[in-house]
Amino acid sequence: MLNVRDINVFYGDMQALRGISLEVKKGEVVSVIGSNGAGKSTLLRAISGILRARNGTISFNDRNITNAHSAGIVAAGISHVPEGRQVFPNMTVKENLEMGAQFPHMKKAATATIEEVYSFFPRLKERLGQNAGTLSGGEQQMLAMGRGLMSLPQLMMLDEPSLGLAPLLVSTIFEIIEKINQLGTSILLIEQNVFQSLKISHRGYVLENGTIALSGTGEALLENPHIRKTYLGL
Amino acid sequence: MGMDSTLAVQLLIQGVLLGGVYGLIAIGLSLIFGVMGIINFAHGQMMVMGMYISYWIFVLLGIDPYISLVAVAAAIFILGWLIQYTVVNRILDYPEAMQVLPLVSIGLILENAALMLWGPDHRSPQTALGLDSMWVGPIMVDTSRLIAFVLAIIITFLIFIFLKKSNLGKCIRAASDNRTGAVLVGIDVDRIYNMSFAIGAATTGAAGCLLVPLLPISPHIGHDFTLTAFIVVILGGMGNLLGALVGGVILGVAE
Ligand SMILES: Nc1ncnc2c1ncn2[C@@H]1O[C@H](COP(=O)(O)OP(=O)(O)O)[C@@H](O)[C@H]1O
Ligand SMILES: [Mg+2]
Repeated sequence: MLNVRDINVFYGDMQALRGISLEVKKGEVVSVIGSNGAGKSTLLRAISGILRARNGTISFNDRNITNAHSAGIVAAGISHVPEGRQVFPNMTVKENLEMGAQFPHMKKAATATIEEVYSFFPRLKERLGQNAGTLSGGEQQMLAMGRGLMSLPQLMMLDEPSLGLAPLLVSTIFEIIEKINQLGTSILLIEQNVFQSLKISHRGYVLENGTIALSGTGEALLENPHIRKTYLGL
Repeated sequence: MGMDSTLAVQLLIQGVLLGGVYGLIAIGLSLIFGVMGIINFAHGQMMVMGMYISYWIFVLLGIDPYISLVAVAAAIFILGWLIQYTVVNRILDYPEAMQVLPLVSIGLILENAALMLWGPDHRSPQTALGLDSMWVGPIMVDTSRLIAFVLAIIITFLIFIFLKKSNLGKCIRAASDNRTGAVLVGIDVDRIYNMSFAIGAATTGAAGCLLVPLLPISPHIGHDFTLTAFIVVILGGMGNLLGALVGGVILGVAE
């Protein structure tokens, strides 16, 4: 469904991604793991059209989206739940969710989707009239994910959803990611929480210094000596 | 009530009434700043354009500024949209110091365009209600000031409703709250910027209409109003629309 072929991405003169190729098939959970500064967020920004790949191609459902605008990419069915949540702090929880449904077919489904989001995150329902800026970090993460669901994505990309959350909440977030996947949405998950993310992943990629150092099934990667040593400290 | 206190109350009321219009001018500036982080140094000059259009509609067609207000706001909306589309959108990522010059230049261009088109004279049209006044108990108020104030409050209220309830208004708030978030949900942020600048411009154009019966028009009053709006916005808090209204009233009274 998502096919990234050999992309290079730069910030000015600084090359952040070098010849990255990666694939997400329909129904999969795919993790990209890697340490701070490896280029994980850059990869998602390139896919969602915030950054441009200088060369290489990105296609989605066999359509070339390499140079598409972010809005077109959302409309095509990819939603990006970004690093740092990026919610709208002075808008209510409900308004934040509504903003996630920008296109007609999303708007038509919005009432039903909001109910679905509340079923994943009952906490959001309790806070629906509250401004997003007053929420805790965990609640903002739930809101960002909920907002991402409002665009009825076929592929949801999550950038470090567990960052800075209490351990109990981390488990909840991973459970919900699995649930979202089981309901038919493919997932591209970026994490530093290597163990939990590989555990729920069908496949994974290891990103080091802007290149893919390693890839394989979630289980194989969990067994891999390099990963055990570098990322799991075993 | 003694003479002095009556006079004081009267001045206070005059100040509050004019302050409502200052507030409206400043709301436009504040909206633009809130959404794009840019200070529109051509704001007063855009208002003066609105005053002239309103003035000529009155002189040539006999239509009162209060009636032509919607058409004038629409004209300044288009002017604002064009300025945003041609200039402001290109300088949004510049450092703040570099954004000043293009906008000051637009102000100068507008000012000189007014000078060329309509000359340097001060013009004061004799509108229907221009010099009327009414007594509220022992207090005298200018009718056109009162109308200007009421309309300014109504327009402010409409802008609030628009931002709070309409889809476009919500997208404007979203883009202002978090640009990355707005881009990622699929909002066309460039379009939102165009609309925000145009709406801010239309607001100051409308405020210009309200001022036509109250003070003589000349091409050179624009920068004073840019400054006024700037002070009001600072009094009320940058990007805070309600604060702009309160700031306007404070400045109106202080004057
Ligand atoms: N906006 C930016 N401008 C310049 N360099 C950036 C920017 N964002 C990230 N980088 C650099 O690109 C590299 C990859 O960053 P990033 O994708 O954020 O890594 P990760 O998400 O894996 O921590 C890092 O070296 C980082 O310093
Ligand atoms: Mg990152």
